[in-house]
Amino acid sequence: MLLFIEQLFNGLQLGVMLFLMSAGLTLVFGIMQVINLAHGSFYMIGAFVAATVTLHSGSFLLGMVAGLSVAGIIGMIVEMTILRQLYNRNHLDQVLATFGLIFFFNELTRIIWGRQPLFMDIPSWLDGTVEIFAGIEYPLYRLAIIFVGFIVALFLYLLFSRTRLGMQIRAGATNRDIVAALGVNIKLLYTLVFGLGVMLAALAGVMAGPILAVEVGMGESILILTFVVIIIGGIGSVKGAFAGALLVGMVDTLGRAYLPTILSLLLSSELGETLSAPIASMSIYMMMALILAFKPNGLFPIQSRLDS
Amino acid sequence: MKNLLTFNRKTVVNSIGLILFLILPFLTKSFEQEYLISFFSMILIYGLAAASLDLILGFGGMISLGHAVFMGIGGYSVGVLAFHKYESSSIFGFDGTENALITWGVAILIAGVFGLLTGAVSLRTKGMSFIMITLAFAQMGYYFFVSLSKYGGSDGLSLYNRNELLGLDLGDDVTFYYICLAILVLFLLIAHRVVNSHFGKVITASRQNEQRVQVLGVASYRYKLAIYTFAAAVAGLAGALMTNQNEFASPELMHWTKSGELMVMVLLGGMGTLFGPVLGAAILLLMEYFLAMYTEHWMVVLGPFLIIVVLFAKNGLYGLLVGSKDKNV
Repeated sequence: MLLFIEQLFNGLQLGVMLFLMSAGLTLVFGIMQVINLAHGSFYMIGAFVAATVTLHSGSFLLGMVAGLSVAGIIGMIVEMTILRQLYNRNHLDQVLATFGLIFFFNELTRIIWGRQPLFMDIPSWLDGTVEIFAGIEYPLYRLAIIFVGFIVALFLYLLFSRTRLGMQIRAGATNRDIVAALGVNIKLLYTLVFGLGVMLAALAGVMAGPILAVEVGMGESILILTFVVIIIGGIGSVKGAFAGALLVGMVDTLGRAYLPTILSLLLSSELGETLSAPIASMSIYMMMALILAFKPNGLFPIQSRLDS
Repeated sequence: MKNLLTFNRKTVVNSIGLILFLILPFLTKSFEQEYLISFFSMILIYGLAAASLDLILGFGGMISLGHAVFMGIGGYSVGVLAFHKYESSSIFGFDGTENALITWGVAILIAGVFGLLTGAVSLRTKGMSFIMITLAFAQMGYYFFVSLSKYGGSDGLSLYNRNELLGLDLGDDVTFYYICLAILVLFLLIAHRVVNSHFGKVITASRQNEQRVQVLGVASYRYKLAIYTFAAAVAGLAGALMTNQNEFASPELMHWTKSGELMVMVLLGGMGTLFGPVLGAAILLLMEYFLAMYTEHWMVVLGPFLIIVVLFAKNGLYGLLVGSKDKNV
């Protein structure tokens, strides 16, 4: 039981990370109609810059600020130089060009930082564990991640429902031509939205730094999970991204923890031993297939001219 | 078929290509560069996979970012059957084997079935969702084999030797090269007929305007699923050849960057041209080969090159060679 609650928290923590990644990406997909494979690169850049700055300055917060700003600036430059050319292209061109971006960023990172993974320490003021319930200790740092994730979710909710900028973004997701015709500077809006998404990805990367190895390719492994989240939640929906992220985080964590045991009870011992780990790693994809079989547009589909 | 026989620019280009591939082994021999022959086999195998992707990508307009998973499944079919042959054990009641007629057939079958199942779900979606869901299914296959520790997990599965095919010595690189070439040519002929048939016209029409096709009373979904399954099966065969070529099956074969590379090959060569992707495979592999000689960081050059190709070259190299007018065969 204790272990189960700990696993629940681990699932929540993974879910929050996925939410940070997918919230920005789903906006880019939904509003600009651009499929961006290079989103994971910004996650990686954020982590690398933060790890380096933290190592030299000794301050985790300074590293975080540096990681977010550098990634944000690079992101906006990429948007203005390359992605802008792709808004009116088909999805295939977008996939290939952003695929090229991944090649470029991965290799550039390898040139600058080398092939060895970097390691980041948990800042001392977040080190240690806290007692959440009677007898259940949980790492403070992971709790902090969950906390930050919910703060960001709240921030995005207020941004979208209470501010003029949020209203324009929502309107842009429904029909960008009308919004542009109403006098909104749509180019600037796009750059801002893209920058926001990039910084959220970088935030996830920085926070992942101390619990995972900071290495080239780290962006791609989380990117695929992010895609699953976005498909499940519905493209363009931040609410869907939130629900999808928590769902994927939970199912993946609990699946890996408990499916092997359950499967080995159901299957013969030899077959169970061979197949239980692989099947556990497939659990979220099967969930995705199941959800799509009933709701092809995801759990929270956005009404727009997307399919027209 | 008529198209192939009429004398035009495309026939010339295709014939030159075929002749070049036919005499390559002799060229490498006379220049004493025999080690290159397995590199050329690799081009043929990737060409086969890329051309099969072209069926769904170029003709069907379905942007699949998970085509490499079918190669991986084909590759592992060969690897796993050989593994059980060495162990003298059985899998699901069948004995292991190294007979290519069986292993390649199994590769085609399993890849096709996986294509049918995942295609049935994926094709319910369109646009961006389709791209992401094909990618997700491919990653599912990747993680499946990575955690399948019985067959080597992330280390992959080594073969002691290549499969046996009707008494031919596949271990001989030149023989293997010609078998790959024969399979590729056979596939291109079949695919050429398929895309020019009624069936192929429905696929092309669905890409241009699916609603109109459906209004005409044609269930486009079934046609798309059929071509998706066919392409998956062919990619499975390409994977089986790849495992034979490398004498090694690894999860890397279905990593999503491989799917991306296949897409790049199709685009470089020219979409919807069938022969173009073979050319595209040659270009990409040659570029990697030569860039790698100058710098280990060749991807830093390849990435921007890709972006430039996407932004400025619309019809691919094959389009330049044959003139882009009759792009869709």
